[in-house]
Amino acid sequence: MPRSISKGPYIAHHLKKKVDLLNENNSKKTIKTWSRRSYITPDFVGHTFAVHNGKKFIPVYVTENMVGHKLGEFSPTRVFRGHITKK
Amino acid sequence: MVRILGVDLPLKKRGEVALTYIYGIGRSRAKNIFEKASIDGNKYVKDWIDDEIKRIREVISKNYKVEGDLRGEIRLNIKRLIDIGCYRGKRHRLGLPVRGQKTKNNARTRKGKRKTVANKKKVTK
Repeated sequence: MPRSISKGPYIAHHLKKKVDLLNENNSKKTIKTWSRRSYITPDFVGHTFAVHNGKKFIPVYVTENMVGHKLGEFSPTRVFRGHITKK
Repeated sequence: MVRILGVDLPLKKRGEVALTYIYGIGRSRAKNIFEKASIDGNKYVKDWIDDEIKRIREVISKNYKVEGDLRGEIRLNIKRLIDIGCYRGKRHRLGLPVRGQKTKNNARTRKGKRKTVANKKKVTK
């Protein structure tokens, strides 16, 4: 079941604060975050986030198309290197 | 022969069923179309008169996105997911289930025909 519309998209408040600060100062600093569950809102566009994947931080440059997705969708948590091919 | 939006409709079926041969129209939409065009949905296709066909065409093209347009839209949606590099896009690229299903067994609809791996170890107990 999707989230109730009346609540609006979820954004971790610590993340929101940092983004607002960057937008105010017009600076483009990478924001390190563990909050994979936060939605990407229009004011995230153009910023780079370092999203934790459980092991390390994956840099994600946010474009307009990504609005409405969550940060975690761009930071894969599993590595698949293919099956062993035995000759 | 009745042609609507480049699709041949079967003459020997009821209108409601026949319209579902069009991509993007199922039973529910078919019912709505007949309601809007004020035609009996139980009427067989071969009994349709020209005016009714015209009305059906009009209702469909006014209200619904079907066939080529719909396929194009779906393709664009998938392309968007692939381009932004999100998890769903990656699953589309790999041809694996997109919505979190298990892939240990089954998932054949997405993965296609089984590819047997030669010399795979048999499980011995």
